[in-house]
Amino acid sequence: MRYLVFIMAFLLPFSVAAQEWEDRQVFGTPNAPPLRILSSTDTSFFAPIIEDFIASTSNTSVEYLVTGTVDLDQLFRSAPDQFDIVISSAMDLQLKLANDGFSSSVVYVDHPEWAQWHNSLFAFTSEPAAIVINRQAFDDLPVPSSRQDLIQLMRDHPDRFQERVGTYDVRQSGLGYLFATQDARATETYWRLTEVMGRVGTKLYCCSGQMIDDLQSGDLIMAYNVLGSYAKAQAETSDDLIVILPSEFPTTMMRTIMASATAPNPQLADSFVRHLLNLQSIGDPVIFPLPPLAGSHDFQAQRTINLDPALLTYLDQMKREAFIREWEDAIVQVE
Amino acid sequence: MADVNVSGSLRRRLALILTGGAALLAVILFLVVRALAAQVAQQGQDNILNASMASVLDTAVIREGRVTLDFPYSSLSMLNTAADDRVFYAIHEGATLLSGYDWLVPQSGLSAGDAYFETTSFNGDQVRVATGVRILTGTDGPRTVSVSIAQTQDALSDTLNAISRNIVLLGLGFFMLVSALAIWAASTTSGQMHRLTTSVTRRGPQDLSPVTQPVPSEMAPLVGSLNRLMSRLDHTLAQSEDFIAEAAHRIRTPLATVRSHAEATLQRVEQVENRKSLQAMVRAIDESSRAAGQLLDHAMVTFRAENLEMSQVDLADLLRDLGQSMSPVAEMKDISITMEIDGPATLQGDAILLQNALRNLIDNALKYAPVETGVTVRISKAARLSVSIIDEGQGFASDEIQTLSGRFVRGKDMDNKVGSGLGLTIAHEVAIAHGGEMILTNTAEGGACVTLYL
Ligand SMILES: Nc1ncnc2c1ncn2[C@@H]1O[C@H](COP(=O)(O)OP(=O)(O)O)[C@@H](O)[C@H]1O
Repeated sequence: MRYLVFIMAFLLPFSVAAQEWEDRQVFGTPNAPPLRILSSTDTSFFAPIIEDFIASTSNTSVEYLVTGTVDLDQLFRSAPDQFDIVISSAMDLQLKLANDGFSSSVVYVDHPEWAQWHNSLFAFTSEPAAIVINRQAFDDLPVPSSRQDLIQLMRDHPDRFQERVGTYDVRQSGLGYLFATQDARATETYWRLTEVMGRVGTKLYCCSGQMIDDLQSGDLIMAYNVLGSYAKAQAETSDDLIVILPSEFPTTMMRTIMASATAPNPQLADSFVRHLLNLQSIGDPVIFPLPPLAGSHDFQAQRTINLDPALLTYLDQMKREAFIREWEDAIVQVE
Repeated sequence: MADVNVSGSLRRRLALILTGGAALLAVILFLVVRALAAQVAQQGQDNILNASMASVLDTAVIREGRVTLDFPYSSLSMLNTAADDRVFYAIHEGATLLSGYDWLVPQSGLSAGDAYFETTSFNGDQVRVATGVRILTGTDGPRTVSVSIAQTQDALSDTLNAISRNIVLLGLGFFMLVSALAIWAASTTSGQMHRLTTSVTRRGPQDLSPVTQPVPSEMAPLVGSLNRLMSRLDHTLAQSEDFIAEAAHRIRTPLATVRSHAEATLQRVEQVENRKSLQAMVRAIDESSRAAGQLLDHAMVTFRAENLEMSQVDLADLLRDLGQSMSPVAEMKDISITMEIDGPATLQGDAILLQNALRNLIDNALKYAPVETGVTVRISKAARLSVSIIDEGQGFASDEIQTLSGRFVRGKDMDNKVGSGLGLTIAHEVAIAHGGEMILTNTAEGGACVTLYL
C-alpha cells in the first residue's frame, strides 16, 4: 500500500500534466499562480462569471479546466492539492468529497440552508432533467408530456424510434447515474421506461452536449434525461428542439461548488466561492447565465435532489454494481 | 462599644456560608444536568445510528454465493442533521471490506443481534460508531456480516451547547434566589440580636430589671446570663447603698452625742483659749455630721431615683418652708434670702428628693457667699419650669464648672470652707431623675447661679 502511494505521488504530476481536458482556458494575466477550477460545466456558461470575478479582484488569473463528472471526481481525489475549486453537476460525488473531508468551509450566511451542506458544499443552480425531442423528426407523433406517454409512444411506434433514442450512459456519466438512480428511487415507471428504451436500441451518451448535437442533426428524435439548461440554450437558437419537463415530476439537480481543503490558493478560492454565490443571488442572466436556484416553494414540486448524506447510498460499491447490472439488463438487452 | 473585642460578623458569616453553599449547589446542578443532557443527547444519536445500522444490516442476503446488501435510501437519509453531520459506513464480511470506508474497522468478537457503540475520531473529528453483526446461513456454512455506521457529533454538540446555556441560566437563577433567601435569613437572625441590643441600650442607667421580651431559644442562654448578671449587680448596688446609709447613720449619732458634750463643756469653760478650741471642735463636728448627712442623702437619692414616689408638689410652698428653716443660718451671716416667687408652681415629682436638692443648693449659697449679701431664690415658669439659686459670692471657677457636679468633686480655692463635694451631685441627680437638668452659671456680677430645670 505504501509503495502504491509512493508511486502514485511520483506519477501524479505527470498524470495531471498528461490529462486530456475537454476544455482548458486561462483567464486574466497569468503572472500570479492562477486559481485552478476543476469543473464539469461548459466554459461558455462560466466565462462571464470568471471575467466578473477577475474584474473585481486585482491581479488575478483563473485556469478553468473542464472534464466529465466521474473523471473529475477521480482526478480531484488523487490530487486535491492541485486544485482550488471543484464544480460539478454530480451532486452525489460532490457530497461524498465534502463528506470525506476534501472541502474547506466557507462562511456565507445568506445562502439558503437547503442549498448548502456542512458550510462547505454550495448549490448554485436548479436544473431539471428534460425530455428533448426533434420537432421535425417527430412529425405527426403526439408530443409526450410524461414518462408514461413516452413509454406508450415507443411501444406504439417502435420502428420510428429504433436507434433514434438517446440517454446517458450511467456507467460513464456521474450526472447520468445520479439522474437514473433518483428516477429509480422515485418511480417504478423508470425501469419500464428503461426496458422500452432498451427494446428500441437506445444510444448511450457521455454528455448532454452530444445528445443535443445529435438531436439537432436529426440522428436522434428523442432524448431522455437531458440537462434542461443546455437544451434550452440550444432551443433558443433553433426551432427544431422541444424541451419537455415530465409532468409527474422533473428530477432536478443542483450544480455545486466547493473550495478544496488543500487548495494552493485558499484565500482566492474562498473569495471565488463567495463571489459566485453572490452573483447567483443577484441573478443577472448576462453575468450569471446558469439557471439560478429555485425558490424553496418550487423545491418539492420540482423534486430537487436533496443535499444530504443519503446521496452516498448509490455510490456504495455493492449498490452501484447491482444498479448497473439491472440497468444493463434492461437497456443493453438487445446487444 | 469601642472596647469590645470584635472578630467577624455573624450575619456576614451566615450570608457567606449560605451563598457559598448556593454557588456550590448551582455548580453541582449545572454539572449533573449537563451530564444528564449529554447522556440523553448521546442516547438520541445512538438510537438513530442504531436504526440506520439495523436497516442496512437487514438487507443482507446471500445471492449467487455472494453476500450483498441492497440497503434503502432512507438508511442514510435518516442521519441528516441540522448541522450537516458527516456520515461514514463500512460493511464487512468477516474481516474483508465489502463496501464503504476502509478505516472504519469493526471490533472483532461482537455477537450477533446486539448493537455496539463507541466514540472514536477520524481526521481529528469525533465520530460516534454503531456496529451490528448478523450471521447468514449459506450453503457453505455460516457467514458473518457486520455493518458500522459512523457520524460526526456537530449537531450533538450544538444541542448540548444550547442546553448548557439554558442550564447556566437556571443555575444562575437558582443561585440568585438562594442568595436572596440567605441574605434575608441572615438579616432576620441578626435583627433579633439588634432588637435585644436596642432594648438594653435604651434603658436608663439605673434600670437593672431583667429582660422580659421574648427572644429566640438560641439567645435564651445569653439573655439568661445577662439577666442574672444584672440582678446580681442590682443586689450589690442596693447592698452598698444600704451600707453607706447605715455607716452615715452610725457616725451621725455618736457625733451628736460628742457635740452635746462639747457644748455643755463650752458653757463651763472660762478660759478664752479653751473656749476657742472647743468652738472649733463643735464646728468640725457640725461639718462632719453635715457630710455624713449628705452621704446619707446621696445614698437615698440614688436609691429613690429608680422608683420615684410621685406626687403633686408645689415648688413655691417647698421653697418657702426651706427658706424658713434655713433662716437661722442666714441670720448668722447677715444674709438675706429673697424669694422671687409669684403664685404656686406645681409639678409631678418626689417631694423629698426635690427638697433635698434645693436645700443643698441654698446651703451652698449661704456657705460660699460672703457676709451681708443677698441670696435670691427664683422660680421661672417660662417654657420649662425652673428654680434658680443666685448668690453674690465669687461664683464658680470657669475651668471647673463642667466637673463640679461629679461625686466628691470640690472647687480648689475655697479658703478652708469645709464640704464633702456631694451637694451639687445630689441636686444634679435629682434633676436627672425628674427628667430635667442642672445648669451652673455665673451672674454678671460674678455670683454663682445654679438653675434646676424640672
Ligand atoms: N454657691 C456657690 N458659689 C461658689 N462656688 C460654689 C457654690 N456652690 C458650689 N460651689 C463649688 O462647687 C463645689 C462643689 O460643691 P458641693 O458639691 O456642694 O460640695 P461642697 O460644697 O461640700 O464642697 C464646691 O467645692 C465649690 O467649689
